[in-house]
Amino acid sequence: MSQLVQDKRPVATVRSGPLSHARLPRWAPAAIAAGSIAAGCGIGLAAGWQSRVQWGMIAALVFVLATYVITTKVENSRQAKDRVATSLVWVCFVLAVVPLFSLAWVTITKGLEVVDGYFLGHSMNGVLDAEPGGGIYHALLGTIEQVLIAAVIAAPVGLLTAIYLVEYGRGKLAKAVTFFVDVMTGIPSIVAGLFVLATWNLMLGFGPSGFAGGLALAILMMPVVVRSTEEMLKLVPNELREASLALGVPKWRTILKVVLPTAIGGITTGVMLAVARVTGETAPVLLLVFGTKLINPNPFEGAQSSLPLYVYEQYAVGTDASIARAWGAALVLIAFVMILNLVARGIARWKAPKTGK
Amino acid sequence: MAKRIDVSGLTAYYGSHKAIDDISMTVEPRSVTAFIGPSGCGKSTFLRTLNRMHEVTPGGRVEGKVLLDDENLYAKDVDPVAVRRTVGMVFQRPNPFPTMSIFDNVAAGLRLNGTYKKNQLAEIVERSLRGANLWNEVKDRLNKPGSGLSGGQQQRLCIARAIAVEPDVLLMDEPCSALDPISTLAIEDLIGELKERFTIVIVTHNMQQAARVSDRTAFFNLSAVGQPGKLIEIDDTERIFANPSVQATEDYISGRFG
Amino acid sequence: MDTATTTSAPPPRAPQQTGTTRGKPRPGDRIFLGMSRGAGIFLLVIMAAIAGFLTYRAGIAISKDDANFLTTSEWNPAGDPPVFGIAVLAFGTVVSSVIAMVIAVPVAIGIALFISHYAPRRIATPLAYVVDLLAAVPSIIYGLWGAIFLVPYLDGLNSWLNEYLGWTYIFEKTGEGVARNLFTVGILLAIMILPIITNVTREVFLQVPKMHEEAALALGATRWEVIRMSVLPFGRSGIISASMLGLGRALGETMAVAVVLSPSFVISGHLLDPGGGTFAQNIAAKFNEADEFGRDALIASGLVLFVITLVVNGAARAIIARRKEYSGANA
Repeated sequence: MSQLVQDKRPVATVRSGPLSHARLPRWAPAAIAAGSIAAGCGIGLAAGWQSRVQWGMIAALVFVLATYVITTKVENSRQAKDRVATSLVWVCFVLAVVPLFSLAWVTITKGLEVVDGYFLGHSMNGVLDAEPGGGIYHALLGTIEQVLIAAVIAAPVGLLTAIYLVEYGRGKLAKAVTFFVDVMTGIPSIVAGLFVLATWNLMLGFGPSGFAGGLALAILMMPVVVRSTEEMLKLVPNELREASLALGVPKWRTILKVVLPTAIGGITTGVMLAVARVTGETAPVLLLVFGTKLINPNPFEGAQSSLPLYVYEQYAVGTDASIARAWGAALVLIAFVMILNLVARGIARWKAPKTGK
Repeated sequence: MAKRIDVSGLTAYYGSHKAIDDISMTVEPRSVTAFIGPSGCGKSTFLRTLNRMHEVTPGGRVEGKVLLDDENLYAKDVDPVAVRRTVGMVFQRPNPFPTMSIFDNVAAGLRLNGTYKKNQLAEIVERSLRGANLWNEVKDRLNKPGSGLSGGQQQRLCIARAIAVEPDVLLMDEPCSALDPISTLAIEDLIGELKERFTIVIVTHNMQQAARVSDRTAFFNLSAVGQPGKLIEIDDTERIFANPSVQATEDYISGRFG
Repeated sequence: MDTATTTSAPPPRAPQQTGTTRGKPRPGDRIFLGMSRGAGIFLLVIMAAIAGFLTYRAGIAISKDDANFLTTSEWNPAGDPPVFGIAVLAFGTVVSSVIAMVIAVPVAIGIALFISHYAPRRIATPLAYVVDLLAAVPSIIYGLWGAIFLVPYLDGLNSWLNEYLGWTYIFEKTGEGVARNLFTVGILLAIMILPIITNVTREVFLQVPKMHEEAALALGATRWEVIRMSVLPFGRSGIISASMLGLGRALGETMAVAVVLSPSFVISGHLLDPGGGTFAQNIAAKFNEADEFGRDALIASGLVLFVITLVVNGAARAIIARRKEYSGANA
């Protein structure tokens, strides 16, 4: 840069000589990574740290630093920055994958130890906390009933609201609805639970029931359904609507016969994803459904159980047998949610609205 | 500063699809070379191989040699970043950085390549904007976003940004196709001035434009859709338009196809 | 009847109705519009009811509170006189969420960049899919995993931090005890909100116009410089709103915190000491033993949480809306 200062007329840059400069071989990042992992393990072993978390942190640190130092030496500082950014991005990736992978692995291995036909087909009736056995039949039943109640309430309301926003919505009311749907998406589940508690239970004097839980879940579901349905309806090309209206078909029949069938795949997906989301909600269920060990098939009367609540209860009991049951229920819950997700996405792909390429 | 480009046996692929096949040509320094040809004939692809932008496209890869004076751009230890720094490019649609001011847009390339004192930077920015015939229009609003300019001004801003780093070669990929006739004229005038300092290669769909601005013209063609594009002939622009040596060139120029 | 027609007459959107059958829309259209508009209004009513009823019940509780509701760090609504306040809960909620954000936002940006710009495509596509699915994992499962697996792993890290960073006060460990502290809660929350932030951020990064990236590339920018010059500036507001969504989730998270934290009603800057609490965790933990007045007190704390998340989400929406205008102006 000193040349620059001496020149009277500033020249853009010192002319770069040849286009090539020394570059690290292609295997260098992998080698540095391997070296860093070795260093992390070595230092960890030498210092006698129990926790692998520290080993990993040391390895990541060594990886980034070594990348920087080596690239600066061999290449130049711009390349070094680029490579450090790359290495940081990879570290982020590993940082995220490790816990998430561990979560999946632990849930599956621990869960599989417990889950069998008996576990799925029996309740906790008469099972002591400390003894193994028992099952989740009552919780599974409760979850399905509560989620169905929520879906029966939320899906039509959400669907109609979305139709209103896309097909009719103009002016202040539509704007207000759009805004509050957004706000509603962010309501913590426990607040929805408290709301139903304050009205249904405290105000109207009903006891805990699956229905109360379903109400809270419906509140959580509605905005999700509205949002996804809205997106899908917007994808339906306007030409379709106009073609139908031009034939003299009334608007409401156009919506029912043309718009909705075109978007039905996406709408189904949206509803299923919303169902999957509320299936895992624990907090409102804890407040409203109360939990029981017995099979209660009637969601309108008396306490029920549910899968997430069951996981929580069994964990809270804290005996070996109950924690094993908690893992089992967690696996069933996660499988339930994932299957819903996968099926929903499958439908979305299968019945994707044809928007003319 | 302007350098000669020698291409020999250059073939470019998108994945398994061969986009251009075995192209060899020489581009003289301090001249304007125009690439013409029907859509899909690979002229833009070929242009992008000259500063190693082609390989940025997923699946893009290149075989053959491109010599810049005597250095092969595709030699093993050549850094594509350094190549792009030496061979500047202007795109079809004006693409100033939307979040940067006019000044920062022009200075963007300089800031990548080194540190400058404030007044040096200001001087280079002014020189580049003058070089792009834009200075008088923007000198009072250098701190406003570049996206606030008109299309033609944005394109000249992009040219200023490209020449600020003093490249050896300037590639232009249909630089006027998104502009109105008056802005097009301004850019064409500018190209005439810039060739005093740079080697310029321009892809264009507009044959009158090629005839107006270029010293040499290369005609590309493809035998059928899906077939790779080929260089049909390259010659002085006057020869190409008056008396081409290949029948296909004459057909294209006289508007019989394409 | 007159008023009904005037209120339900569709805005000028649908000219074919007024055009052919003057004045009177078809009954089918009226009913359908009424139903869909009714659904929209129903949603508004629910929102209003949530705010209204929570405020009403909270009012009952706070009027009988013998202490300052906002500044008291004690929770004893069953006492005589009842004394309860949210100071500890507000502190714990904010601290754990801040820790979560500090960890999750940079890592999420990193993963989003990894998926959008760094990873080879055959890794990126399935990875994006998996991250999508992870956002759907129920929070109770994160809690279970956190309590049983994460806590023991973090014990070592805690004593390490205490040893080397104890002088910073916040990492000083003043007593024994496993890592059921706000720091662990923060880490767990970070892991939980990571998929959400990553998803939204990735979407934004993928929307960066190719021509802006090519502009930077053609100037001779390295990959990192391309990201810094065109991807990050373009995605900035998207990153902010994604973070706010994650923050909203972290603030309201109940079960994972309830399972991992060993709560106490103390405000302590020593993050590694067990104790503290959050709004949602406190509600879940105290609910079963609370009488009706105790539940009103919990509802009062829930109202505060509701208002906080409202503000955070509102801010996120405002930022997204502004971004839309901004990108429209440049289109």
